[in-house]
Amino acid sequence: MPLTTEQEHRNLAKRHRKARIFARFCAAVTWSGVVLLGLLLYQVSIDGFGWLDWQFLDSFPSRFPERAGIKSALVGTVWLIALVAVISIPVGVSTALYLEEFAGRGRIAKIIEVNIANLAGVPSIVYGILGLAIFVRYFALERSLISGALTMSLLILPVIIIASREAIKTVPQGIRSAAYSLGATKWQTTWAHVLPASFPGIMTGVILALSRAIGETAPLIMIGALTFVAFLPEGPMDSFTALPIQIYNWVSRPQEEFHELAAAGIIILLAVLLIMNATAIYIRNKTERRLK
Amino acid sequence: MSESPEIAMAEEQALGMHRKSVLELRNVSIFYSEKKAVNDVSFNIRRNKITAIIGPSGCGKSTLLRCLNRMNDFVEGCRVDGELLFANENLYGKDVDPVEVRRRIGMVFQKPNPFPKSIYNNIAWGPLINGYKDSTDELVEKSLKQAALWEEVKDRLHDSALNLSGGQQQRLCIARALAMEPEVLLMDEPCSALDPISTARIEDLMFELKEKYTIVIVTHNMQQAARISDYTAFMEMGDLIEFNVTKRIFTRPAIKRTEEYVTGRFG
Amino acid sequence: MTQEIDTDTPVAEIQDVPRAPASIKKSGVRWGEFLIKGWLGLCAFVSIVTTAAIVILLLSETLNFFDTVSPGEFFLGTTWTPLFEPSSYGVLPLVWGTMIVTIGAAIIAIPTGLASAIYLSEYASDEVRRIIKPVLELLAGIPTVVYGYFALTFVTPLLRSVIPDIQVFNALSAAIVVGIMILPMIATLSDNALRAVPESLRQGAYALGATSYEVTTRVVVPAGLSGVMASFLLAISRAIGETMAVTLAAGQTPNMSLSMFESIQTMTAYIVQVSLGDTPTGGIAYQTLFAVATLLFVITLVINIVSQVILNRFREVYE
Repeated sequence: MPLTTEQEHRNLAKRHRKARIFARFCAAVTWSGVVLLGLLLYQVSIDGFGWLDWQFLDSFPSRFPERAGIKSALVGTVWLIALVAVISIPVGVSTALYLEEFAGRGRIAKIIEVNIANLAGVPSIVYGILGLAIFVRYFALERSLISGALTMSLLILPVIIIASREAIKTVPQGIRSAAYSLGATKWQTTWAHVLPASFPGIMTGVILALSRAIGETAPLIMIGALTFVAFLPEGPMDSFTALPIQIYNWVSRPQEEFHELAAAGIIILLAVLLIMNATAIYIRNKTERRLK
Repeated sequence: MSESPEIAMAEEQALGMHRKSVLELRNVSIFYSEKKAVNDVSFNIRRNKITAIIGPSGCGKSTLLRCLNRMNDFVEGCRVDGELLFANENLYGKDVDPVEVRRRIGMVFQKPNPFPKSIYNNIAWGPLINGYKDSTDELVEKSLKQAALWEEVKDRLHDSALNLSGGQQQRLCIARALAMEPEVLLMDEPCSALDPISTARIEDLMFELKEKYTIVIVTHNMQQAARISDYTAFMEMGDLIEFNVTKRIFTRPAIKRTEEYVTGRFG
Repeated sequence: MTQEIDTDTPVAEIQDVPRAPASIKKSGVRWGEFLIKGWLGLCAFVSIVTTAAIVILLLSETLNFFDTVSPGEFFLGTTWTPLFEPSSYGVLPLVWGTMIVTIGAAIIAIPTGLASAIYLSEYASDEVRRIIKPVLELLAGIPTVVYGYFALTFVTPLLRSVIPDIQVFNALSAAIVVGIMILPMIATLSDNALRAVPESLRQGAYALGATSYEVTTRVVVPAGLSGVMASFLLAISRAIGETMAVTLAAGQTPNMSLSMFESIQTMTAYIVQVSLGDTPTGGIAYQTLFAVATLLFVITLVINIVSQVILNRFREVYE
């Protein structure tokens, strides 16, 4: 028997109410995520802000919280990122170019593609173990900046490759066709047209990959980045520490002051990451608008 | 009175006129993987004439055109049988370098595709990477004049090519192709993305161009073929139905199917 | 009917070709292209070498390990004390620790992540999206050591004020924080999956008189299910591999208790513990590192492959 209009009406009202509640629930959940982020940042700032001063930036770690600073960690991180950039950007972008422009759709290309997708999901600590066994032990590079840089490069290589491929894919095929029809070789076309056009997208991907590398701790622990470094590294073969390692070291101490020091270090770390992410987003927005 | 294109061509060769042909297609068949897209096509492209290839959608005309400068090399699984003779070589011969082929046989595409660079660099790039050593200023001016675009852009050569209108962009693409001084210019439905005024301008342009260049144009617009071409090839479903002087194709075609197409009974 | 041969243009008047035609034959190998293609291919090969290195390394050291410790004891034993006497090599406590943290994190992150994704793709306006999307990216970019700090200094004290029995190092704190960490991942990936559902499906349902709740839960989410489920699996895999937050928050005590208020040890935390100490190469302790790492690697690999299969297989069906 069909519903009476009275029943249908009540039913409909109930369904509408359900829909409204659901919509509000989803919104609430999402916005509480934003609130949570704010909470986290607020917490960190409160704890650490008092310790942020020039002395903090300029001192080495110490047993005494009042004298401790992140100079060696900061310099170590800068060194590390510079080395990682020099190693991973050429290799990553080259791989992406190979897969998109030169390799075709054959079996080998497919294997490499699947391989990279899998590597992207391997936990960072496994990369650390790889670095330990191969760079530190087998190649006897010891617990140096170059070991750390090589390990981190392997870690973020899949990220760079995947992001670069996406950027290269957005270059319209018509441009390539035009270049080929003028008698250009594949590399001439790639160098003169594909790379410049995909450059902003590649840059965005690279920046995001590097910001991931800055925050990673586990692989550096594995290859033996030291946790108490009272000197500045002067070359790639020197031992080193890095920001996240220093933060980790301070957090794992029982004293309250060291926790606050860690918070200060976190503020610096987050500030660096924020600048990098903002740059990446800025580049992305600028290119999106240009293409429109 | 022969009906088949092959016999007509043989007669032409017998008359010693074959050296007026720049490109000769002999029994050309094109396959995409296992599917045959073009079936045993033979005709000649005459020097300094406009040859049009017409036919309903999917008849293989674009496929055929793209084989003339080996652009189909970029399509996986594309295979070409038969001979395409150009400069005493088979375009698909073992020793032939496709890059060299494309230097001498240029192409203009359906959708204008200027590089996202300046107008000047769009035109200069092709010759430069191919070893051009003379004045690029002169080359750019000459090419733009040939494409009837010079007057409109001469004051803004270093502006981005993307700021031009659709019709202007297509003329830029023509200028860019002409800068290479190709022997043959292939045009793949060059006006289908343009408004009627731009279309008319480009059609006028083609009349001027055929004094210096040989043009092969694929078009789905029959009236356009009738207006501008000297020779017309009519294809359907991969077969060459008829190849003849344009006037003949559109007034007294030899094959009934041709007549049905040009009078609009299908397609 | 013969073709009319064009006799209008006398042969002698044919234009000369502008320049001497070059042969279209190949003139030697293009060395530049060859070398460049070689370099690019070599770089691509690096990724293959990396995978091979990981596999060979983990496998060989694990096989060494199994020379000393039987696989049975490793996979089925319930006590893990490899660094003390008497040494015992049952890995289940570590797996258990990883599992309860991961499941806890999933319980937190999956419903909320999905709800956020639904909000973003079905309800939120463009301005809201433009605020929330970057916020999610920021959340995703926060390093794990920061989450560890957050767990120790905020979450654990909060929990202790509510649940007095809870230990300083406990699994619940770790689970909460890891949940927050993987939430942006689920939200972003699921949002992408839901947005990929064609608008025509939604409009068809609305046209039948359905409410937004009904359209979302009965049409959109089922249609984008493959992408949504893949996002869950990827997030879980990420949670399993998570190291710093659990090391800081959950402690170093391998045990198999059901309580989330106690300290446990995950596989990843164990690996960190060993490497922070002084482990001589080749000793049994060094080898446990690889055995646990191999187990970790295999588990995450399997989950990742399953998620890729789901993405590829079911995407075709729905299209």
